Amino acid sequence: MGSHEHSRNHSGPEPLAARVQRMTGLNPACCYQCGKCSAGCPMAAETTLRPHDVMRLVARDRLDKLADADGLWLCLTCETCTSRCPNGCDPARTMDALREIFATGKDGKPPKAISAFHKSFLAQVRAHGRLFEMGLIMSYKLGGGPMFADVTTTPSVLARGKLGLAPHNVKGLDEVRRIFDACAAVAAEEEGR
Amino acid sequence: MARIGVFVCHCGENIGRTVDCHAVAEGCKDVPGVVHSVDYKYMCSDPGQQMVKKAIEEKGLTGVVVAACSPHMHEKTFRRAAAGAGLNAFLCEMANVREHCSWIHEDREKATVKAIDITRTIIEKVKHNVPLSTIRIPVTRRALVIGGGIAGIQAALDIADGGREVILVEKGPSIGGHMSQLSETFPTLDCSQCILTPRMVEVYQHPRIKLYAYSEVESVEGYIGNFKVTVRRKARSVDEEKCNGCGACTQVCPNKKIPSEFDCGLGKRTAIYVPFPQAVPNLPTVDRNKCLLFMNRAKGRPDTCKKCAEACEKGAIDFDQQDRLITEDVGAIVVATGYQLYTIGKDQPKDNLKGYGEYGYGTIPDVIDGLQFERLASASGPTSGKILRPSDGKVPKRIVFLQCIGSRDPQKGMEYCSKICCMYVAKHTMLYHHKVHDGVATVFYMDIRAAGKGYEEFSRRAIEEEGAQYIRGRVSRMWREGDVIKILGFDTLEGEPIEMDADMVVLATAMRPQPGIDVLAQKLSVSYDQHGFINEAHPKLRPVETNTAGIYVAGACQAPRDIPDAVAMASATASKVLGLFANEMLEREPTVARVDEGTCAGCFHCERVCAYGAVEHKDIKDRAGNVVRVIAYVNPGVCQGCGTCEATCPSKSVELQGFTDEQIWSEIQALGV
Ligand SMILES: Cc1cc2nc3c(=O)[nH]c(=O)nc-3n(C[C@H](O)[C@H](O)[C@H](O)COP(=O)(O)OP(=O)(O)OC[C@H]3O[C@@H](n4cnc5c(N)ncnc54)[C@H](O)[C@@H]3O)c2cc1C
Ligand code: SF4
Ligand code: SF4
Ligand code: SF4
Ligand code: SF4
Repeated sequence: MGSHEHSRNHSGPEPLAARVQRMTGLNPACCYQCGKCSAGCPMAAETTLRPHDVMRLVARDRLDKLADADGLWLCLTCETCTSRCPNGCDPARTMDALREIFATGKDGKPPKAISAFHKSFLAQVRAHGRLFEMGLIMSYKLGGGPMFADVTTTPSVLARGKLGLAPHNVKGLDEVRRIFDACAAVAAEEEGR
Repeated sequence: MARIGVFVCHCGENIGRTVDCHAVAEGCKDVPGVVHSVDYKYMCSDPGQQMVKKAIEEKGLTGVVVAACSPHMHEKTFRRAAAGAGLNAFLCEMANVREHCSWIHEDREKATVKAIDITRTIIEKVKHNVPLSTIRIPVTRRALVIGGGIAGIQAALDIADGGREVILVEKGPSIGGHMSQLSETFPTLDCSQCILTPRMVEVYQHPRIKLYAYSEVESVEGYIGNFKVTVRRKARSVDEEKCNGCGACTQVCPNKKIPSEFDCGLGKRTAIYVPFPQAVPNLPTVDRNKCLLFMNRAKGRPDTCKKCAEACEKGAIDFDQQDRLITEDVGAIVVATGYQLYTIGKDQPKDNLKGYGEYGYGTIPDVIDGLQFERLASASGPTSGKILRPSDGKVPKRIVFLQCIGSRDPQKGMEYCSKICCMYVAKHTMLYHHKVHDGVATVFYMDIRAAGKGYEEFSRRAIEEEGAQYIRGRVSRMWREGDVIKILGFDTLEGEPIEMDADMVVLATAMRPQPGIDVLAQKLSVSYDQHGFINEAHPKLRPVETNTAGIYVAGACQAPRDIPDAVAMASATASKVLGLFANEMLEREPTVARVDEGTCAGCFHCERVCAYGAVEHKDIKDRAGNVVRVIAYVNPGVCQGCGTCEATCPSKSVELQGFTDEQIWSEIQALGV
């Protein structure tokens, strides 16, 4: 078991808790470490970092430990944790903020496949205003996702008509684009800090 | 010839389920002397009591036996009912067929037989009962309060406001206790002195409070309502009548480097000193161990320094003042001697607690205790309220608090939780945060115990709003490297050891009773626990009474207490004392020991065994007034009716009324053994 030097400066001048608070408006110090969030988390058994662990590491400024683990990326954003928390901590939103931090790539990177999936997902939404599964699968696999995983299930899914071959764009695609552009501007600003 | 009535109670199902109550009533009918025997569902109910009364009146009963619950529960009820019907109350007795029978047996048949046996023994006893009358003893309606902390102050004020005189004895030069040393108080953060000093002044000015500061209780004699207390008024070397409190003497004293007790050694005082500016009484005291004149006198040298006496325009300094012994009569005593902290040094006062070598035994100058932190944070303190560390006067930017030092640690300290430290540590992190904005306060804790009104909210505020970093776990070791304190701890939430540098460390040390509490408790004949905390008579139902009648307890000398607790206890003692003082005479049960003056041989075995000091010597004189014999006399005001003397007396000359040998013997015989 490694011991760590305690200091407030793991993540540069701004402590992680303050950074998260700025991004979310939530106070990570509110966490009781009672574990009710993790008790309800459907992914708790799968991950090394459960929501209460994440809350603790944020409060203790441990970006290093957060970067190493898969927990943030296995989260389903089901928000069970948030709805259970007795003190209004919103771990789901906190984890969202952490994913945003890591997505910039400056403080550690998300696992390659997960990053590819997220990027492909958003690219599909940007292109069509909705999800185009076939496009997602293609760009995910080309962008770094596992090439041959799940291919055997494709025929049966196709046969049931669950996988369209041509994209359908939503009405008002322009507005969706505008949302993306606005988000990109905010992200750029965040990166500039 | 005896005419006894027997009343068997079902106690609902409590007795009736396992004992055939009707059979018990029937079974007692043919015991000689029994003229009336009935059973009823609830004997203690009003109709039940009426049955007893009616039978006494109609059948002319000479004795009553109620077979029901323990006499602890309802003896008073039935004795009152009997008295209401004109029978002497002490001719009514209870046979315990509930706690001693129905509750502890299952076999109904056998339990019923046992219940009949129990009832028969009491029937035989009652045949030998004689009418007794309650003892009436006069009450001196003045109270003594020992200890002038917030608990003693509150008790004294409440009793005095209730119209009774109070003598308040404080061993230190000023009243106020530890509360006067605190900066701001949880959970409201109001200034401690601002809320305390008005009460101190009120004590001083109260027409019914006599304050003996710098005094101690020398001896206590007597019993409830009638204590005789000798108080030692220690020599201050200052004449109270002449001194006007100008302070000229303290200005000129050349010995200025004495660590101040009030500032917990962080500040200095002179040999003649007033502990703090708002001291009550505002009188200087010469510390004879530190005064140059007295140090010379101790070595047989002539008086050299008399600077204070020369500076005093009133001629109030009196180096030849002696201790004075003063005797006061009081009817009740409140013990409020407060606490001390487990010291962080190696030596613990008067006992063999091990101390904390792993934290340097207090050798690291920037490791201090909670009270020292209070003095640093206090505007009246040695740093005028600036948080500066003792070693070099720098502002500590990294401060670490360790909770449960000496508490919850049966190996090196106390097994109990000191109850207040979680709260004052939370407070300290806030005070620190308010004064050192860019500093970081870290707390090592095992649990956060914040179970008072507004307490949880307060401790959460420290964490959520005031930036305190709480780490769950204890610290294993601390050492100094340069001017940094190295800390090796464990974070049990993260499951990792943790190393940390600190500029200052504050230990939240255990609360313990005052040194010397055992001696005082022995003088008062009150019991104390293995730590020295005064025992309450009952942890739930009699929390401020001791097991010696007329002596009460308030504040942190009974257990770790915060201010709200101490004040609530103090007011409770006052209400007990005022209740006692409501009557001129005090009524007591007559079940006390009485000596047969004809046969007592004066061996005083009884005196030696009596735990309450109730046995006195009585001179028997002839007509000419010469003492011919000295025999034992049991003071009925003091006797608690335990019967130890009766069991000890070789000549069977002392008997407990209501429990005479004859009565006990007939109970045994009723069982036919
Ligand atoms: C660091 C620290 C911070 C605290 N902060 C808070 C807070 O913020 N809020 C809060 O509610 N509580 C706080 N407390 C607790 C508070 O100090 C106590 O609750 C309170 O002082 C108890 O009062 P007391 O009168 O029982 O005892 P004490 O204050 O100890 O007073 C006892 C008095 O009796 C005298 N005495 C002792 N023995 C004798 C004797 N044999 N004869 C005559 N006199 C005697 C003593 O000299 C003293 O004056 C704090 C305690 C500590 C250690
Ligand atoms: S939102 Fe994520 S962390 Fe929260 S319960 Fe769902 S899966 Fe678990
Ligand atoms: S986030 Fe909420 S539910 Fe989870 S441990 Fe903290 S306080 Fe408990
Ligand atoms: S009050 Fe808190 S710090 Fe004090 S002994 Fe109890 S748990 Fe430990
Ligand atoms: S009965 Fe007990 S208390 Fe009374 S004098 Fe005898 S020994 Fe002392």
